[in-house]
Amino acid sequence: MSTTAKDQILTFVRERYPQAEIDASQDIFALGFVNSLFAMELVMFVEKTFGITIPNEELRIDNFRTADTMASLVARLSADLAVA
Amino acid sequence: MSVIGVIGAGVMGVGVAQNLASTGHDVVLVDKDEKTLAAALATIERNSRMSRLMGGPALDADEILSRITTAVGAAGAAKAEIVIENVTENWDVKREVYETLDAECGPDTVFVVNTSAIPITKVAAVTGRPDKVVGVHFMNPVPAKPVVELIPGFHTSPETVERTKDLLHAMGKKAVHVKDSCGFISNRVLMLTVNEAAFLVHEGVADAASVDEVFRGCFGHPMGPLETADLIGVDTILYSVEVLYEHYADSKYRPCPLLKQMTDAGLHGRKSGRGFYTYDSN
Repeated sequence: MSTTAKDQILTFVRERYPQAEIDASQDIFALGFVNSLFAMELVMFVEKTFGITIPNEELRIDNFRTADTMASLVARLSADLAVA
Repeated sequence: MSVIGVIGAGVMGVGVAQNLASTGHDVVLVDKDEKTLAAALATIERNSRMSRLMGGPALDADEILSRITTAVGAAGAAKAEIVIENVTENWDVKREVYETLDAECGPDTVFVVNTSAIPITKVAAVTGRPDKVVGVHFMNPVPAKPVVELIPGFHTSPETVERTKDLLHAMGKKAVHVKDSCGFISNRVLMLTVNEAAFLVHEGVADAASVDEVFRGCFGHPMGPLETADLIGVDTILYSVEVLYEHYADSKYRPCPLLKQMTDAGLHGRKSGRGFYTYDSN
């Protein structure tokens, strides 16, 4: 699950920023050309793609810095969903 | 606290309404139809959720929405103490809105013209209260931008300027005074820059990403002119350039044909999912 999520997120980020070499542990906001508006797009992409609603307390920039952190957020929230 | 009227639920009106509500003001948000208003409330809810992520304060979306009511038609702002008008930068549309507001609102209601290009004195002239009409050019996204241009018209009274400054202060804004002149400071410079950047793309000199990279990397701007155009709205950029062109009758403001074609094609920027760049539409 999380590998797939990671790949899907990476594909989305790479499509938007084809000029950059981005791997799963790359802090995309440290690249210098990604602004905070893209964070909002990431939230919408993650929610739509994985069918989850990210709770307010998880809407922190640290959760969206890398494909790794986003994938673990998805895994965490999907697990909550499965339990509920 | 009395209610503030916000006319126009587009990109700017939504930002103004959210900013007012998040600083404790009651707002009536007005547009032409229910569909636009429903979409505006959904945007305000989403933007409030995202506020902290975007580097702003943590906001309670429910609390913000509870301070905003909606109404169809400018008459819906009849009881407002101050009305902030944010309709499209089209003179005929603005004139009609002001004729309605002037007829419907009380004699003490102040009209704040949120424009980036249209002269305030011209707007004031279609009302019977030119002393109570003042310009404020809010920047986008409104809640995130701490500075505005404040433009008194020829007849604007000092009391109107003070009431407006008090409201702006309560919204967390600093006002820079500018004399009434089409485009003020910001758009005289910004719109020509965006227009010229569009000409570079139109002529094939450089692609949009390259133009923006020069502004970010060489000049230290947080965003390049074409990213900015997508954020403002390509259709709004075109309108603003056309307003400058018409007002000054100076060919240096001639709109780039690419802006016209993009507007006709529906490539309006972030709000339509595609402009100079493509966005994840939602």
